[in-house]
Amino acid sequence: MRLRQAIVAALQDEMRSDPSVMIMGEDVAVAGGPFKTSEGLLEEFGPNRVRDTPISEMAFTGAGVGAAIAGLKPVVEIMFMEFLGVALDQLVTGAAKMRYLSKGQVSVPLVVRASVGSGSGFGSQHSQTLENWVTSTPGLTVATVSTPQTAYGIMRAAVRDPGPTIVLEPRALYAVRGPVERGESGILRLGKALIARPGSALTIVAMGQTVTTSLAAVEQSGIDAEVIDLLTLAPWDRETVLESVARTGRLVVVEEAPESGGWGSEIVAAVTRELFSSLAAAPFRITAPNAPVPYNRELEARFLPQPSEIARQLTSYLATDSVPAPWWVAEGIHHD
Amino acid sequence: MTEATLATSASSVERRADLRAGAVQRFERIVEIRGFEERLNVLFASGAIHGTTHLALGQEALAVGLATELEPTDLVTGTYRGHALALALGMSPRAVLSEIMGKAEAPTGGLGGSMHLCDMAIGLLPTFAIVGAGLPVSVGAGLAFQYRQERHVSVALFGDGSTNIGAFHESMNLAAIWKLPVVFVCDNNVYGEYSRINLTTPIEDLHLRAASYAMPSAVVDGMDVPAVRTAVAEAVERARSGGGPTFIEAKTYRFAGHSRADTAPYRPAGELEHWQQRDPVLLARRALEAEGILDAAAIADLESRVGAALDETIETVRELPEPALATMFDNIWTPGEGAAR
Ligand SMILES: Cc1ncc(C[n+]2csc(CCOP(=O)(O)OP(=O)(O)O)c2C)c(N)n1
Ligand SMILES: [Mg+2]
Repeated sequence: MRLRQAIVAALQDEMRSDPSVMIMGEDVAVAGGPFKTSEGLLEEFGPNRVRDTPISEMAFTGAGVGAAIAGLKPVVEIMFMEFLGVALDQLVTGAAKMRYLSKGQVSVPLVVRASVGSGSGFGSQHSQTLENWVTSTPGLTVATVSTPQTAYGIMRAAVRDPGPTIVLEPRALYAVRGPVERGESGILRLGKALIARPGSALTIVAMGQTVTTSLAAVEQSGIDAEVIDLLTLAPWDRETVLESVARTGRLVVVEEAPESGGWGSEIVAAVTRELFSSLAAAPFRITAPNAPVPYNRELEARFLPQPSEIARQLTSYLATDSVPAPWWVAEGIHHD
Repeated sequence: MTEATLATSASSVERRADLRAGAVQRFERIVEIRGFEERLNVLFASGAIHGTTHLALGQEALAVGLATELEPTDLVTGTYRGHALALALGMSPRAVLSEIMGKAEAPTGGLGGSMHLCDMAIGLLPTFAIVGAGLPVSVGAGLAFQYRQERHVSVALFGDGSTNIGAFHESMNLAAIWKLPVVFVCDNNVYGEYSRINLTTPIEDLHLRAASYAMPSAVVDGMDVPAVRTAVAEAVERARSGGGPTFIEAKTYRFAGHSRADTAPYRPAGELEHWQQRDPVLLARRALEAEGILDAAAIADLESRVGAALDETIETVRELPEPALATMFDNIWTPGEGAAR
C-alpha cells in the first residue's frame, strides 16, 4: 500500500480499538484529507469522530490539547508544517507544560500530524521541514516516517502514547508503495531507531526523505554503510546510534533542512562527546544549503541532498578521512 | 475596430494607468485575466508547469475594479490565489507566467512560483501563501503611512475562509483602534479549499464581522467592475482622509476548483451554473454592448486579439532560460553588519 494509505490504516485501527480517538483538521472529513490521509474515515466513524475544521489552526490545535486533557485522544492534522506557526504556542508553551505544571496530574495524549518537506514544487512557504521548531521543547515527542511500514507503526504508537506527539510526514513520500504489516506486530516504539541497512564501513543517521536518498546513495557508491532511520527525533535513540558508531568509527548525518540549527548537530555533538577517542574520522553532516527551498524545478531538485551528492561525499570521506565540502562549495557556487 | 491595445512591452505602471482610460481597457484586462487562467490550466494539466496553482476564474472583476481605484504607491498584500490581482494591478502576462514557470527573468528570478507574485513598482508585496498572513503586514504598512502622515492606502485582499483565522481578527481590531488607512477586501468566493462557507463559518455575510470592530463596511457584487470601484473608491477616500479602515466584502464565486487537482465534486448541483450567469466577462461584455461602446463584432475582435497575444507570450516564456543554480543563494540575507556575506 501507499504511505498515505498506511496512515489511514493506522488511524483506522486505532479508532476501531479505542473509541476516544478522534481526528480533526482542514478538509480531513468529507474530502478525506488534502493528501488523502484520512480517506474513508468519515464514512466508517461518522462526523462526531472525524471533523472538518475552519482555517483556524490555533483554535483546533489548542482544542486538541484541551480535548486530550479532558479524556479524548485527538489526532490533529496540520496540512503543511508551516501552518503550525500560528498554533505553536498551544504546543510548545501549552501542551508541553501541562504535566510539568500539574505535578503529573494532567496528561495530553495528543497527536499532531504535519506534512513536511521539499520536492513538490510548492515554493518557499510550503516546503520546509521545520522540525527544529519543535525538537528543542522537552515534553514534546517528535517523530517522523519514511516508509509505509514506519508510517503505520509510528502513527499507531503516537496515538497510543500518553503524551503530546508530533508526527512529521514527508509529503513527497505519500505516494510511495511498500508492504505494511497491520496489527500489533506492525506497531513501532517511539524513541527507538531502526537499522534500515546494516553495514560496517560507516554509520549514516537519516530520517524521513533522507532515509530513501541515503539508501540509494549506499547502493550507488557500493559503500558498506549502516543506515539508521532515526524515526524519533525527540527524544532520539542514543543507544542505537552510539552502538553503531562504536562499531564503525564514522558518523554521517543526512538532513533535509538547512545546515544552520539542524537536528544533526545534536547527534554529532553527542557522538563526539561519547566516542571521541574511538572515532576514525570527524563526524559530519550532509544537509541542504542555508537557503529557502527554491521554486524552480531544477533548483529545488538540488535542495534535498541527492543520492549522487551523498555518494560523492561518502566516497571522499572514506578515501581521505576528512570532511568533504558540500556541492555548492565544491562547485564554486556559494562559499558557505 | 477596437482601440489599440497597450504594447506588450508596457510597464506595469503604464498597465495600471491604462485601467483608468476607460471601460474598454478594463474589459480588455478582464478578458486577459480570463484567458491567462484558462491557458494556465491547460499548461498545468499538460505537465508543462510543476507544483500547484490556484486559479482566480470568476474573480477577475474584483481584481480589476480594485486595481482601478488604487495608486501604484499604495501597498497591497494578496494571497496564493494571486494571478488576477497581479495582472490587474499591472504585472504583465509575461512577468506572471515567467514566475509561474520559474524562469530566470521572473520577478523573483525563478525562486517564487505561482503563489508568490511581486512587483514593487505597483505596490504589490510578494503574495502570501499562508492564510491570513498578509493582513497584519497590511496593518503595519498602514501604520507607517499614518505615522508619516502620507496619503497612501494599505490594502489586504484575502478570502472568505481567511476570516476564521486569528490574524484576521487581530488585524481588524488593531487597524480599528489605531484608525489606520487600511482597506480590508474580502473575496467571498463561497469556498475555502473543499469546504463550502456554511460548513466552516456561522454566517455567510462576512461584512457583518466588521461591526464587532466598529469598522465601516460595504458589501458589493464582486462580479461587477463598477460596483467594486464605487465601494473601493469610498473606502480609499476614507483611508486617505484619516477616516480609518474599511472592510469590503465582495460576493464572487470560485469557478475553478481550489487548486490544480481539484475538480470540485463537492459543489451543490446547479450552483456553478447559477453563478455563471453572473460571469464577470459576460457582465462586462453586456455592459459595453448595452452602452453602445462596442458591438459584438468589436468585442469578438478584441477577445481574439488578447487571446493571440497570450498565446504568443506563452510560446516566448516557454523558451526563456532557466535560472542559474547560484540564484538560490540570492537575496537571503539583508546586506548589513550582521550579515557578513
Ligand atoms: C494558515 C494556513 N492554513 C491553511 C492553509 C491551506 N489553505 C490554502 S488556501 C486555503 C483556503 C482559503 O480559503 P479562502 O480564504 O476562502 O481563500 P480562497 O482560496 O477561496 O481564495 C487553505 C485552507 C494555508 N495556506 N495557511
Ligand atoms: Mg474562498
